[in-house]
Amino acid sequence: MKEGGEPVGEHRPTLKDGGDKENEEAGSTEAVNAGRKRKKRWDVVSTTTEDATAAAAPEPKKRSRWDQAPAIAVGGVEPKKRSSRWDQAPSATPVGNVGLATPMHPSQSAMLPTGFGTDAGRYSLSDEELDAMLPGEKEGYKVLEPPPGYAPTRAPAHKLVQTPAQATGFMMQDADSGRITGQQVPKEIPGVGELQFLKPEDMAYFGKLTDGADEENLSVDELKERKIMRLLLKVKNGTPPMRKTALRQLTDNARNFGAGPLFNQILPLLMEKTLEDQERHLLVKVIDRILYKLDDMVRPYVHKILVVIEPLLIDQDYYARVEGREIISNLSKAAGLATMISVMRPDIDHVDEYVRNTTARAFAVVASALGIPALLPFLQAVCRSKKSWQARHTGVKIVQQIPILMGCAVLPHLKRLVDCIGPNLNDEQTKVRTVTSLAIAALAEAANPYGIESFDDILNPLWTGARKQRGKGLAGFLKAVGYIIPLMDEDYANYYTSQIMEILLREFSSPDEEMKKVVLKVISQCAATDGVTAGYLKEHVLDEFFKNFWVRRMALDKRNYRQVVETTVDIGQKVGVSEILERVVGNLKDESEAYRKMTVETVEKIVASLGAADIGERLEERLIDGILHSFQEQSVEDIIMLNGFGSVVNALGTRCKPYLPQIVSTILWRLNNKSATVRQQAADLISRIAMVMKQCGEDALMGKLGIVLYEYLGEEYPEVLGSILGALRSIVTVVGISQMQPPIKDLLPRLTPILRNRHEKVQENTIDLVGRIADRGPESVNAREWMRICFELLDMLKAHKKGIRRAANNTFGFIAKAIGPQDVLATLLNNLRVQERQSRVNTAVAIGIVAETCAPFTVLPALMNEYRVPELNVQNGVLKSLSFLFEYIGEMAKDYVYAVTPLLEDALIDRDQVHRQTAASVVKHIALGVVGLGCEDAMVHLLNLLYPNLFETSPHVIDRIVEAIEGVRMAVGPGLVLNYVWAGLFHPARKVRTPYWRLYNDAYVQGADAMVPYYPNLIEDGIDRTELAIVL
Amino acid sequence: MADKLRTQQELERLQTKYIGTGHPDTTSWEWKTNIHRDTYASLVGHPPLLSYIALAQNEPTTKVRAQLIRKMLQPVGPPPPREFEDIPMATAANK
Repeated sequence: MKEGGEPVGEHRPTLKDGGDKENEEAGSTEAVNAGRKRKKRWDVVSTTTEDATAAAAPEPKKRSRWDQAPAIAVGGVEPKKRSSRWDQAPSATPVGNVGLATPMHPSQSAMLPTGFGTDAGRYSLSDEELDAMLPGEKEGYKVLEPPPGYAPTRAPAHKLVQTPAQATGFMMQDADSGRITGQQVPKEIPGVGELQFLKPEDMAYFGKLTDGADEENLSVDELKERKIMRLLLKVKNGTPPMRKTALRQLTDNARNFGAGPLFNQILPLLMEKTLEDQERHLLVKVIDRILYKLDDMVRPYVHKILVVIEPLLIDQDYYARVEGREIISNLSKAAGLATMISVMRPDIDHVDEYVRNTTARAFAVVASALGIPALLPFLQAVCRSKKSWQARHTGVKIVQQIPILMGCAVLPHLKRLVDCIGPNLNDEQTKVRTVTSLAIAALAEAANPYGIESFDDILNPLWTGARKQRGKGLAGFLKAVGYIIPLMDEDYANYYTSQIMEILLREFSSPDEEMKKVVLKVISQCAATDGVTAGYLKEHVLDEFFKNFWVRRMALDKRNYRQVVETTVDIGQKVGVSEILERVVGNLKDESEAYRKMTVETVEKIVASLGAADIGERLEERLIDGILHSFQEQSVEDIIMLNGFGSVVNALGTRCKPYLPQIVSTILWRLNNKSATVRQQAADLISRIAMVMKQCGEDALMGKLGIVLYEYLGEEYPEVLGSILGALRSIVTVVGISQMQPPIKDLLPRLTPILRNRHEKVQENTIDLVGRIADRGPESVNAREWMRICFELLDMLKAHKKGIRRAANNTFGFIAKAIGPQDVLATLLNNLRVQERQSRVNTAVAIGIVAETCAPFTVLPALMNEYRVPELNVQNGVLKSLSFLFEYIGEMAKDYVYAVTPLLEDALIDRDQVHRQTAASVVKHIALGVVGLGCEDAMVHLLNLLYPNLFETSPHVIDRIVEAIEGVRMAVGPGLVLNYVWAGLFHPARKVRTPYWRLYNDAYVQGADAMVPYYPNLIEDGIDRTELAIVL
Repeated sequence: MADKLRTQQELERLQTKYIGTGHPDTTSWEWKTNIHRDTYASLVGHPPLLSYIALAQNEPTTKVRAQLIRKMLQPVGPPPPREFEDIPMATAANK
């Protein structure tokens, strides 16, 4: 958007950073936060000097453990300066030492450049390495013991020198170097336990824990500090269970620890530049939780917290922004409105725009947390501030951010918000006027389609203002106008559009890109309004619009391109297809490819949404001619061209008939091209227009295409092959199996080897084609060929894509129907023996499908016979197949219940849990299938076998068991099954009561009324329900 | 741990929706009360059953209906005296 290094003081009321980006959050943060890498205006002041010194002195930082003194001496000035980051972070002004009330985030400062080979220097040398490098005892040297009482300095400042905060950039992975894998930094810290990871940077914060100080000699405050430190480390770097307990301890003891000690440690951590998303998230969570606990105790620290959190509001990362909002929102709930206002008040007219921007966003969050009405009086005062225009600017900006944040929730307060900023439309400062117009645009956008009455008062200033403004200011005003017009009713919209159109037309020729964009946007908004008629647009707008915007230059810039296409399509919705096409169709033969593409995209969108009924004969010719021309002339194959061609042909339908021979010959020619993408595109085009060719009765042409495609089945590029298969499939679909050229009996054998192709696109398209043939015309191929295909299909069951697996399963069903289930079933049963679970599951499904299509009696005997194989996987596979089978066949199950019962008996009393689990799911499906069909005896028998499993603890097993019991309850009625339940509801052991109550609750939820007659009689208690005993 | 928490929450949600459901700490008195209330509700809710009873008792249906509804108030007598102070309290808090 803009280059770095601009002077801070310069006013930039531009729409470049004011217009678009302030309304679209993502865009804005991208621009602002690119500052992490690129320099932006707010970090120029403080970082340039730091940058230079930092760049000059990476060398002395090496091996600081050994030459501590020289290191400090050499980098004498510099470490002091850089140390400020951690030392001062919690103070009000951590980094920007210019005396800002809200200083910048350290991450804003520029990256330290690293030279080659300095990576290793970041780590100190290990003892072994030093032994290898330095002369040892043999040469007469020895390693001195540290003198008694010596303690290595652990001051943060020193630590910092050891680990420059720079962790980005490429690093060679060196397997031999333990330092890189983190051996250097101890993974375990006393009193904390094994951590997931520990970064060298962490040592700057948590190094204190490793100094081995005797805890008994420490003061209470020091102990507290260490306790917090340990807990934070556990939260940040620990394993999930550790994290959980640590987080709970922090929360529970938050008030004992006090806000000060907690935030003094958390905030510097959050400022750390190398903080990962996950760590940040965890720290944010900590703050969130302790904020709840601390409540008003947090007040003195509000400012410190804001300093750290505000920059998150404009972070590049969406989640960082959300977390920033969450904290500020909780903070304002804990600290209260008065504190928040008094703390942020000084930043409102801060000299630095960055600070004002973040403050405005923070205030918007406060407004959403505490309600807009609470903040309104303050906003009114700020927006009318006489003291400085900056304050007014920020005030308006807050009002702008509120609708961006809250959307239509501003509606109840819309009037007051608009009134609050209304007068600023006539502010003496251009910047304030511009931001006001943008705020109004944001409010109108959020309020759409309601709330026009709230804007009544500002319509006049806005429209008259638009006449007075020029340049950037005007763009903002136009934007506001564009968002307000859609809210108006017809008459007003018409009137106000005609009022503003003059200015819009004038600005059509503006050279400013930003203005162009705004103008285009406003035009499409106006065109979409009811009040603006097609006649008006034709008469006043179209000529100018096409003259100024349909020029080659617009096609070159991606954003302009998109905006022009969008606006043209929007106008087209009003004025009709032919009006637009007449004007652009000539461009299809333009010499600029980008311009042609822009035209095709416009044509595609208009024709796809409005159809081609409006297109005259002459225009139709020119259109097809143009599209063909631009299709042939494309130098880079683009999906836009393909879509455009497809949409036009489909929209014209039978009117395409005269052109089809020409189109087909183009396709044929391009199918033979040596570039793979050209061939692929040609094949894709066939799939798009096959339907229309059929409608035009061009069967002969399709036959020709089919034969050519058939010849190209030897294609080596998988992407192209996939497209060719797709084209064949669409031809088969429209012409039908019997008319297909080449005949299916020739086509299918060619497909069998292609099934072995591992490429997903190829697999998907082949299986689709094969499945279609198996479904519609299986008789055209002999059974042996189908069996071959079955074998190939087994591999497809392992495919990653679900669509492929599903298609393969369905194809098994079709094939089984075609050639009878015996052979297919044998293949599938064999496949139950394979190792892969996925494959077995899919085979089980396929068996279920085969049983469904060919009647269960053809499958069940073989399947049950297979259960006799003494192999776990096979038996489970059989049970699984039975489960799918009974699920699919539903009521047909009543004829097979007694046949499978002995098998289920065996499975339900098996030692293996999975056996019982799967058998239970079979029982469930059988039971649900035979509800009301008189198989109660078998069901009760199965229930007796199921019931002892009620005390299983594994969640999967118990869930299946309970489901099966529920299924049986459906089949035999609640009375019988509940007789089993009464026994355990008040059992002395809770372990027994728990599952029994689960069964009771399930029964109660599903059929409380049906249970009424079956409750135990309570005659002994004397509280019998006598009404039930009445007999007439 | 988290799983337990989830089942606990699910159970609580279930109980707010269906008062008659129970849990391992449900007392026999609570359960019996629910049985009676469900029974009366069911009788009142099925007009044929209601007329059947009314016919048998030789009373107008409206009166029988009112009787049945009135019976729902402490159908099995007042709650038993609390032996273990904490457990019934906990269940009461759950409700």
